[in-house]
Amino acid sequence: MADVVILLDAYASVFGMRVRVALAEKGIKYEYREEDLRNKSQLLLKMNPVHKKIPVLIHNGKPVCESLIIVHYIDEVWKDKAPLLPSDPYQRAQARFWADFIDKKLYDAQKKIWTAKGEEQETAKKEFIEALKVLEGELGGKPYFMGERFGFLDIALITFYSWFHTYETLGNFSIEAECPKLISWAKRCMQKESVSKSLPDPKKVYEYILEMKKKLGVE
Amino acid sequence: MEEVKLLGFWPSSFVYRVIWALKLKGVKFDYIEEDLSNKSELLLQYNPVRKNVPVLVHGGKSIAESLVILEYIEETWPQNPLLPKDPHEKALARFWMQFGVDKIRPAIFAYFRAIGEEGEKAKEFQEVLKIVEKQGLGDQKFFGGDNTIGLVDIAFGMLAYWLECIEEVVGVKVLEASSLPRLHAWAQNFKQVPVVKDNLPDRGKLLAHYKHSREKLILAASSSQ
Repeated sequence: MADVVILLDAYASVFGMRVRVALAEKGIKYEYREEDLRNKSQLLLKMNPVHKKIPVLIHNGKPVCESLIIVHYIDEVWKDKAPLLPSDPYQRAQARFWADFIDKKLYDAQKKIWTAKGEEQETAKKEFIEALKVLEGELGGKPYFMGERFGFLDIALITFYSWFHTYETLGNFSIEAECPKLISWAKRCMQKESVSKSLPDPKKVYEYILEMKKKLGVE
Repeated sequence: MEEVKLLGFWPSSFVYRVIWALKLKGVKFDYIEEDLSNKSELLLQYNPVRKNVPVLVHGGKSIAESLVILEYIEETWPQNPLLPKDPHEKALARFWMQFGVDKIRPAIFAYFRAIGEEGEKAKEFQEVLKIVEKQGLGDQKFFGGDNTIGLVDIAFGMLAYWLECIEEVVGVKVLEASSLPRLHAWAQNFKQVPVVKDNLPDRGKLLAHYKHSREKLILAASSSQ
């Protein structure tokens, strides 16, 4: 019996992108459905009644929510191909620790770069670069975060790369100047089709954010 | 058998999550009490990034963040499983643990720090718990099943014991049998589970600890007016 896989997503979402990359890595056929977040579908409301957010993976009718939980799920169900998490429990714990760091430290800081102004924005930029530098330190001289193979932690972080142009333009700074090694890592990831086909054009993301800001009345 | 150490802080419900999980798996460990106002070299060495507890040290390698530690314990010591085997059920368990981080934690934080709007914040906190009651807790006694507790029960443990002390200090009840009957019942049952009952911080000390924290907040709030 063939698997039926549907992804409820929104093209600019760094969280949604994570799932796209994971599905592509595993070569899983799925139906992508773009959600209008200001007019959510009945299906989204039914499949994620608690948060009403994307991404939601619907596998044979059953929903899985929260991007990193979905990536874990994908890795566990389609376990015979392209493992995303390491097999060693300690390595897995390290990957999860850093993914948690990204979702707590990096996410909050990046949001204020495009929503805030003046001193609040400056503080956000500082915190963002600081967090990126810590991550850059963790990467060290390795090609990917967990070593030779692209995996879970690379997936957790690479999606933010599609937003770097937006942060740099609105924040008036250069991420490459601050974190050159991280940019090299990002470009290496982008050479993988599973990544380049899953991330939106950074210019489109920037246009989308400008539109969002106008609608929110944030100039 | 490699040595297991747990760096903790006695009032922390996050630390107790790890204690309960280790004990349920029958893992022997050394507990090291940390003074968070005066962090030890050991703590800074084992958790240089976040500098907090709990930190699990297994065979000299350290793991931080309680939910990450819980998954590590589950994978390293598979006896007495605390997560479902089925991937979808497992994803659901992880969803509720994440809900605790994203929704419960900020709500309880806001409720504890509310000076002058305790009632309002208590209501908001209750709304969050109503979601857990309606959509998270099924018909069974525990999140982990009818007879066994799992990682979700462990993750929500603070609601069963720590919250009572916080309610007493803030002065407004949140987890009431009248408005949250099933979650309230779950809390009473959870406290009776032997590994939990035998491993809880002293109530008097905990009350005093929260009273002290809240007094500091009230002082800060009144001096900034």
